[in-house]
Amino acid sequence: MNKTSEQIDSGRRSFLGAAAGVAVVTVAPGVVLHRVASADPRSEPVTDAVRYGMLIDTTKCADGCSACVSACNEENGLNLQEMPEGMDPAKWDRQEARWIRKVKVQDNLTGRESNLPLMCQHCEHPPCVDVCPTSASFKRADGIVMVDRHLCIGCRYCMMACPYKARSFIHEAVEYKLTRAPRGKGCVESCNLCVHRRDNGENSTACVDACVAEGHNAIVFGDINDPESPLVKALALLPSRQIREDLALNTGVRYSGV
Amino acid sequence: MANAVVRGSLISVGLAGALCALAAQAAGDSFVVPGSKAAAQKNCVEPVDYMRRNHMEVIKHQRDATVHDGVRATNHSLAGCIECHVGYGSGGAPLPVNMEDQFCGACHNFAAVHLNCFDCHSTIPSAAPMRASLPGQVGQFAWLPPVGGDGFRMQVPQPEVGGEGN
Repeated sequence: MNKTSEQIDSGRRSFLGAAAGVAVVTVAPGVVLHRVASADPRSEPVTDAVRYGMLIDTTKCADGCSACVSACNEENGLNLQEMPEGMDPAKWDRQEARWIRKVKVQDNLTGRESNLPLMCQHCEHPPCVDVCPTSASFKRADGIVMVDRHLCIGCRYCMMACPYKARSFIHEAVEYKLTRAPRGKGCVESCNLCVHRRDNGENSTACVDACVAEGHNAIVFGDINDPESPLVKALALLPSRQIREDLALNTGVRYSGV
Repeated sequence: MANAVVRGSLISVGLAGALCALAAQAAGDSFVVPGSKAAAQKNCVEPVDYMRRNHMEVIKHQRDATVHDGVRATNHSLAGCIECHVGYGSGGAPLPVNMEDQFCGACHNFAAVHLNCFDCHSTIPSAAPMRASLPGQVGQFAWLPPVGGDGFRMQVPQPEVGGEGN
């Protein structure tokens, strides 16, 4: 009895195996049903399958805390900038490159205050890209808006076009810079969502790490296109809005509690 | 027809052999930092002869792939050049590659080709650890003419200067 059932089983197995083989061959040539994550993100070109973004919960953003700004400065070498000799410190304060600004906004009617970090909003329709005469200001396939310094001529139209004052111009020669964050006189720059971390396949930014380390957890970073990402889950949970949503830029950075 | 094929393949084998011989000969001169990643390799990322003439094209291609497509894994990144070719001073600190006696600066100074990669890019590996003084550093670039206070002295025969003039 046992012997017979074993024989029947092996026959079924070989049939099912052949059938499965035929099914795979039939489906595979025309259609890729599922794309797995790249094994080596450093060697794969970015695609529009992902769109990076952030949600900032201003109710958790603490007054007087600037951990995200400091972390950004260290990550991107902004802390290596030096005031040119003989410059008026007030002028340097206006000219020094900053990728994140800590902003306090107040509702004049109710007097309610909110704190928030303001950086490049990584718009879907970025005005800085529209106005750039050399295509130096561009949007990567994965939604990161950045400057190709090899093409930038330093005209600063993008700085004028940006509604968020997100961009900075480097006025003087820069002596110290990091390998991961090139910087030089005559080019415009802004937050690039820690693009070197994106290309290495890491899943956070310097500002997010700093906010978590401070225990505030006010910033969530992730892929807007991935329904399983913490960002999409947080966006589904919290009411959020874009700053200057009247401009219909579809920003990648959203704020909650303002 | 068959003869042509045989001749063609013989020529290509010969050319490849000649190229290898050239590369091997060039690899005999050391332009890399002892103990670096490059020192363990026979060639640069491409044959040395090719790199000498075309390194700028190679880097330029890579820069667009990196900035626009986020591709950083190829052999052709400027950061990779610096990591392998940076020299270290007697104190163990990395020396900027664009200094006039260092890997990039020495040639570019000699050829009078202005180099502005380093207006923006770092001239040393950012995370460069301090190294103990490495043997073989002195005279690493001895293949180039000596550096004077204001750049290279060209090896031009000087006319005799003396009281014998007419």
